[in-house]
Amino acid sequence: MSDIRETFYVGHKSDGTLQKRPMSPHLQVYKPIPSMSLSILNRITGAALAFGSTLMVAWLASAAKGPKSFKTVQKVTGSFPGQVVLFGFSASFFLHFIRGIRHLMWDSTAKRLEKEEINKDSKIDIVGISALTLGLWTIIIGKRLSKKNK
Amino acid sequence: MVEFRLPQNSRIGVGKTFHAAPDAKNVKRFKIYRWSPDDDRNPVTDTYEVDLDKIGPMVLDALIYIKNEIDPTLSFRRSCREGVCGSCAMNIDGHNTLACLKYIKDINSDVPIYPLPHMPVVKDLIPDLSGPYAQLREVEPWLKSDTPPPPDKERLQSVEERKKMDGLYECILCFCCSTSCPSYWWNGDKYLGPAVLLAAMRWVSDSRDEYAGERLNELEDSMRLYACRTIMNCTQTCPKGLNPAKAIAELKHLQVERKI
Repeated sequence: MSDIRETFYVGHKSDGTLQKRPMSPHLQVYKPIPSMSLSILNRITGAALAFGSTLMVAWLASAAKGPKSFKTVQKVTGSFPGQVVLFGFSASFFLHFIRGIRHLMWDSTAKRLEKEEINKDSKIDIVGISALTLGLWTIIIGKRLSKKNK
Repeated sequence: MVEFRLPQNSRIGVGKTFHAAPDAKNVKRFKIYRWSPDDDRNPVTDTYEVDLDKIGPMVLDALIYIKNEIDPTLSFRRSCREGVCGSCAMNIDGHNTLACLKYIKDINSDVPIYPLPHMPVVKDLIPDLSGPYAQLREVEPWLKSDTPPPPDKERLQSVEERKKMDGLYECILCFCCSTSCPSYWWNGDKYLGPAVLLAAMRWVSDSRDEYAGERLNELEDSMRLYACRTIMNCTQTCPKGLNPAKAIAELKHLQVERKI
């Protein structure tokens, strides 16, 4: 038995014969709240960033190898799907970064943990993450446009 | 273990609908989880149309009306009907709360009602809470002291010492918080859960208790205490307005502090 809780799933019918109990629904019925969704996203983006950092290493390695291989990788990252991945990577980075600071604060001070503070901070963090991500891409696209105009 | 889908025998089907009387004006639909060990079939949600003009304002009033007037086979726990016993804890409209403290008018849509999440179901809205109860015993929630009490007197506390237990002693052990916690869903065999950790903090904070160090030793474990990932569903859902997430954060804080 891998999980000791399986014991509690053994029930019985009115006549005394054994009957397996169902598990009550959890993710299926629990309504998401911002604090909960941010926590789940923090974990997902952590995994995504671990994967994304290998892509970043590939990019650096190609630059070290020479201009030809760098050009090939640039072509991939410059394509539309490549840009979408990069956008996701930057959004993941900012979410994980901001929520990482939040976690550091909670764990080191045990403060900002009242319900009102949690809800307020969740909103602030969402605004911060969106602003940083969109700001970064405004700069990137703006630079590209000014290059084109020249 | 992380298991996002429900086991095969736990997936929920659609059940019967009990219509309100044709002359009823103020009708609300309650969609309630049903399962009986005698039926040999998967759980279903039955729909009950209730005339709100006939009942009190709380979800528990509706449940009692359904059991008395519409379907006597519906099973649920209830006792005090005023938020001090913790019996009628269940998942109403997506969040865990006490049916006796939840206003029907606060729910705009139909009212979905399920048992406390990720628990073995005994029948209908009744979960088996043996697991959390066993975990509560594990933190020994009673006064432990080697010093005998003063003769002919109780153990006294100052006003300040007593104040440290505010927000901790009020817990009624309904387990709304523990069963709202995804970490407890996946790791509830090893992680103690917010309700039990709040109880542990209550005894660590008690000036009359002399075993705070030993209590913290028992909690110093990667799963028992540190499986808390600060998701904070516990604090969001507590029907008594307590803050288990903060109590757990303070326990973690004490673990570090005593080593410095």
